[in-house]
Amino acid sequence: MTTPAIPEGVKRCSTRQFTLWLAVVGAVLLWGVYAMFLIWYKGLNQTGMNDAYGFALWIWADLAVIALGGGAFFSGFLTYIIGKKELKSIINYAVIIGFICYSSALLILALDIGQPLRGWFIFWHANVHSMLTEVAFCLSCYFAVLTIEFIPLVLENPKLDRIPFLHHLSHNMHEVMAVFAATGVFLSFFHQGSLGGVAGVLYGRPFAFREGLLIWPWTFFLFTWSAAAVGPCFTMLVTWLTEKITQKKLVRPEAFELLAKISGWMLLTYMIAKIADTWYWAAVTAPARGFSLMEFYSNNPIYGIWILIAELVICGIVPALILITPKWRENKNLLVTAAILAVLGVCINRWVMVLQVMAAPLLPFQDWYMYMPTWQEVATTILPVAYGAILISLAYRYLPVFPHEKELNPGQ
Amino acid sequence: MFPFSFEWVWDISHLVFMGGLWYALSIIGAGMTYCVIKSLIDTAADEPGEGGHGHH
Repeated sequence: MTTPAIPEGVKRCSTRQFTLWLAVVGAVLLWGVYAMFLIWYKGLNQTGMNDAYGFALWIWADLAVIALGGGAFFSGFLTYIIGKKELKSIINYAVIIGFICYSSALLILALDIGQPLRGWFIFWHANVHSMLTEVAFCLSCYFAVLTIEFIPLVLENPKLDRIPFLHHLSHNMHEVMAVFAATGVFLSFFHQGSLGGVAGVLYGRPFAFREGLLIWPWTFFLFTWSAAAVGPCFTMLVTWLTEKITQKKLVRPEAFELLAKISGWMLLTYMIAKIADTWYWAAVTAPARGFSLMEFYSNNPIYGIWILIAELVICGIVPALILITPKWRENKNLLVTAAILAVLGVCINRWVMVLQVMAAPLLPFQDWYMYMPTWQEVATTILPVAYGAILISLAYRYLPVFPHEKELNPGQ
Repeated sequence: MFPFSFEWVWDISHLVFMGGLWYALSIIGAGMTYCVIKSLIDTAADEPGEGGHGHH
């Protein structure tokens, strides 16, 4: 189907089919919105959080979507700063995925602070000794950068592009996009890092505490590194999923190939650093505080040594080896498997650095303290997925997201 | 927070944190202001009747 609002030369499903799809995803979204209003109306007693769990499912979701949204800043860095022209095929989609991830993170934070009307306090009454202040600053500014990167694409909608001012605005924003992309890289480096830094500086919690460089624990650098490595994997995964659903080729193979290769080497180097960090922590840092490695992985119903093996080997080393080997990454099934494993790996990493940290006992007479999220927390964590699906559907339908779609699907 | 706010202190923490925030906001603001002003000038310079057509 084609209408004046749909980009020229591409086919989209009928309005009826599209509306039906939006209704299904919209129902999930409404469930999340209902839970969201319950939390705002009744307060944080609607959650499973308590004095032991000030950070819980939402903070894990925040850290995970921010890491997965790292594809936007890293692809932007490669495209606009390094000049990798092959990535022009996928950069728009990376920006949209990043925009969804960061707006979701901000939405979740608006719930988590309990009093969103006082959200601006962190800017005006800033605690300048807190890594979370740096996260709030960089997160908000980077979301502004992502919005600026998204605007030219919105303005390329055929109807909007006919308005001369908007046409020129879109063109001029493209011209200076490298400046915004560079600002985005600067901001991302610090907020991705500080999210890791928050865990690493917890000297009262030996499971999380790490030594480091000057004021930055090693987790600062590992979080930035892992986001740059896995963010592009998530972008590739969502692109592949979109191709499967739409039954079209949307991105040139060389874009996938390059992104997979860079992502693979980033992931491999990250895993080497992560394994070195884990070994030093297990052999030196934790024992110096009276803990052995297995104390963190026993006597509880969930956190066995399997979680460490899953994070480092199955979802770390294995996808890295697939992605750096040309023959393996050329196989689309293996490439997608590697991307799924890498995404799971970073989600496990964020989970243990938020929730296992809270669960692990601190003193010899203490027991593990487990946590179960309420349905309101689960619904509000699923809400961004539904919101993301809707935004992607709208963007795919009405915006020229994939510049090579027409050329890759000549029969349409 | 600005230097004229009552809780401002002239120390390195305030300078680094708030300086970094205002630095980033200035770049974003200046970049967008440039784009908007240049687009207004470009639109005014268009020949009458000339519509926008993609040349990105």
